[in-house]
This record gives sequence, C-alpha cells and structure tokens, in this order.
Amino acid sequence: MQPHTDPAPNPPERLQLAAALQLLAHSGRELPEVAAVGRVAWMQAVLDALCELSSRDPLTGLANRRQFELALASEIDRVARAGEPALVLMIDVDHFKKINDSHGHPVGDQVLKGIAQALRDCIRPMDTLARFGGEEFAMILPNCPPAFGLTVAERVRAKVHGRSFTIAPGLQVQATVSIGGAFAPQWVRSSAPLWIERADQQLYRAKAEGRNRACLETPTVSLVSAEEKGLLFGTSQYLEME
Amino acid sequence: MSPSDDLSLIEPGLPRPAGPRRARVLAVTSGKGGVGKTFLSANIAAALARLGQRVLVLDADLGLANLDVVLNLQPKITLHDVFTGKVHLEDAILPAPGGFSVLLAGSGLVEYSRLTPEVREQLQRIIETLAPRYDHILLDTGAGISDVVLYALSLADEVLVVATPEPTSMTDAYATIKVLATQQARREIRLVVNQVSRAGEGKVIRNQLQLVVDRFVAPMLPPGAPVPVLALLGEVLLDPAVREAVQRRRLLLELLPGCAAAKGVEGIAAKIAT
Repeated sequence: MQPHTDPAPNPPERLQLAAALQLLAHSGRELPEVAAVGRVAWMQAVLDALCELSSRDPLTGLANRRQFELALASEIDRVARAGEPALVLMIDVDHFKKINDSHGHPVGDQVLKGIAQALRDCIRPMDTLARFGGEEFAMILPNCPPAFGLTVAERVRAKVHGRSFTIAPGLQVQATVSIGGAFAPQWVRSSAPLWIERADQQLYRAKAEGRNRACLETPTVSLVSAEEKGLLFGTSQYLEME
Repeated sequence: MSPSDDLSLIEPGLPRPAGPRRARVLAVTSGKGGVGKTFLSANIAAALARLGQRVLVLDADLGLANLDVVLNLQPKITLHDVFTGKVHLEDAILPAPGGFSVLLAGSGLVEYSRLTPEVREQLQRIIETLAPRYDHILLDTGAGISDVVLYALSLADEVLVVATPEPTSMTDAYATIKVLATQQARREIRLVVNQVSRAGEGKVIRNQLQLVVDRFVAPMLPPGAPVPVLALLGEVLLDPAVREAVQRRRLLLELLPGCAAAKGVEGIAAKIAT
C-alpha cells in the first residue's frame, strides 16, 4: 500500500485517488490543467490516463499484451465479417539471454527499446505493435494481402538486422529477430489464442531453421504446373484412340 | 527429407492409429468439390450394408457438412455436441436410411474448420472408440486440401479419391494425390471416377493420372519411398437417376436400384468389402 499523501481526512464518500495519481505522476504523465481538480473533466482525464497507462508497456512504450489481445479480438471480428486478409507476426529477439548475460540487464533493456523503435519504423498507422512479453513482440497488420506477407515480415526482420544499438559511447550491440506469421482465416471467426498459436508455430520454425529469418504459414497449396497439366490432358486423346 | 519429416501439417509425435481394431477406415476425398463425394460415400455405405457389413459414415467435412442433406436427416445431435462434451458419442450416432450409421457434423461449425489440437484429438478419439464396432468407417472429407482434410486422410487406412472426367476435377484429384504421396507416403491410393459418359473412361483417366504421377511425383519422393499406385475401384456412369435421387434426397440404391450408376456403386462397394 502506498502511504497516504493527502493530509486532509477523507470522508468515506470521497474517492481515494492518491495511489492512482502517484502512479500517473511516476509514469511522467501530466494531467491537463484546464480542469479543476475534482471536477468531472479532471476525473475523466485521470481515467483516460489510467487506461492509457494500463495498455502500454512501460519499458518500450508499445502496446502491452492486454492491449494487443484487445486489438486482436476486434481484428478477428473484422476479418470474420468483411473477409479482409490480416496478418499476425510474432517477433522474438534471437539469443536475448546472451545479450543479458554478457552486458547486463540494463543493456538488455536498451536493446529492447532499440528494437521497439526499429519495429515502430516498419508499421503503418493502422497496424498494432505490441510487446507481447519478455523479448517477444507482436504485430497485427490489417488488410495485408497474402502475397505481400513474406515481404512485409522480411522487411521487419531486415530492419532490425540492419541496426546497431548504441548502448554507451564505444559500445554497440547488434541483435536479430526471428519472425513467425499467420494470416487469419478469412470469413471465419477464429479465436485469438489459435491465431497466435499458428504464428508461434512459424516462429518455432524460424528459430529451428537458424534464426534471423521470417517464416509464414502457407496455406496448403499443391500447385500443378503447366507441364503436369500438359501431360494430364495433352495425350489423353491419343490414349483414348488406342 | 523423408515424407514423414514434413510436419508442417501433421503434428509431430502424434501416433498413427495403431493396435487392434476391426474397422477399415476409408477416407473419401476429391480435391474439387461437387464431384459427388458425399453422394458416393452415402451410397457406397448403403451398398456395403447390403453386403452385410457394419458401416459408419463420419462426416469429416467439419466446416461445411452436407451428409445430412444428402440423407435427408435433420439431426438434433451432431459432432459439435460431442466435441463440446454436451452429449455422449453414442448418442450422436444415428441410423441412416440405407442400414448404416452416421455421425453428422452439421453445417456452420466454423470453429472446427481449422485444425486445432482439440479437433485433432477429438477426431482421433472418436475413430479409435468406434473402430471395434464396425467393419468399415467412411470419412467423408471436405473439398480442397485444407489441413483438416489432410488430417482426416492421415487417420485413414485407405484413401479414396473421387474424380470426374472434368479437367478441373482431374487437376484437383492429381493435386490431392501429389500431397498424399509427398506428405503421407501412401503406397496405394484408391480412385473412383464418377460421371463417366461411357464404360472404360474411368480406366483411361486412371492411366493418365498414373502417368503424370510416375513422371512428376516420383522424382519428388526421397530415394526408396514408394511411388503411389492408383487403384481404380470402379467408375460410375453419368446417369439421370443420380440427379433424381439427389433432388429427392434419397439413396440411389433405394430409390432406383438396378440403374447403371447403382451398379457402378455396388461394384465399388464389393471391392471395398474384400
């Protein structure tokens, strides 16, 4: 429990806001001064700031997992209703433990911040970028045509790969990410855990195939080449004549 | 890489159904939809039943099932209820008009049109539970080569591909055969050619498919892997009687026994029974 900072005794019907205000102050958030303390507009600002705070990852400033899951759920609704393609990418920093072990956790944090910025530079305004947990990030890319999926994922991977993060004068750290992606099944109401699981499967594949790469789930296609079709149909007249 | 190494679709470590069991599990698939797959499943089941065999048809077209439509059944209990644990498996098994049993999926089970671990587990469990009680279990799969379809095929002892002489159907049948050969290492794939316009057309199509398999699929296989042999189980003539049976939602074998198409179906069933 936080110590009570308000010296005035609070009658029972008054809201206990000390902890909330302290949290907001700690996060560096300033409440608008246009509204008088205690008025509805001020109260609204406090709640808005708390909502904002509860949806962000404190280290990177990205959406946190809670916010990501909310965005994913509404994307599933959209995909099911409109049949638009949507891609989820799960992005995991390669060998992050090594970075932590050799440089210490503060450097690890700096690297995560740097990667977050690199990822931020890859997205469109309507995309959702989140820190999913630990050294794992996630992206939702609405309206991403399947044909572009791998290109997009590859661009994200290359963006991180191409950066080095200056931790201290003379200390630069490089990091790579592995990426797994899956498209939402169009017109089908899937579930968020299932969609994430499918992308995760591809992430495992990217890791297993050597890291610093992007793998996307490909729908099972069995392409039949022109040569195969040629043989399938081209000589059938001949055979029938036999 | 051996075919079993491609685990993008089949869960690693998932045991292939094995051990003592009675029923032969036959998956009926086609690649292209609308080639008479469900119609054939139902009528082959009825023909097998007439041969004294105990038959269950499982509607494995989980996303868009229509076995109930073909059989004119309005199931109150479906696989969905079994999956969700609402009813016992036994209560979902219904008697069908032709003297066989059915397990219906019901339409609109979008939740199950994707291969979740849950669906995998449930399908396998259901088949293993029921296998000792039947001589044949027919899995009527959905169209296409989705992961649910491929999984259902992987559970089957035999795969029956239904094709018609239509080029699109032949192409999709070939695509299915290719996937079965490269991902499931099938030695033999059974083939039925539906809607042939004259006797013998099925054999021509079988030979043509085999030719392309030998030329194009065989080189894709790892050394020593079997090149699948297409076994033609039979052909079914294009017959107005079929249309009538479908429109009246009756089994062909009951409505118009003795017609050309019915004889074709009976020939196929006889081969399956042996």
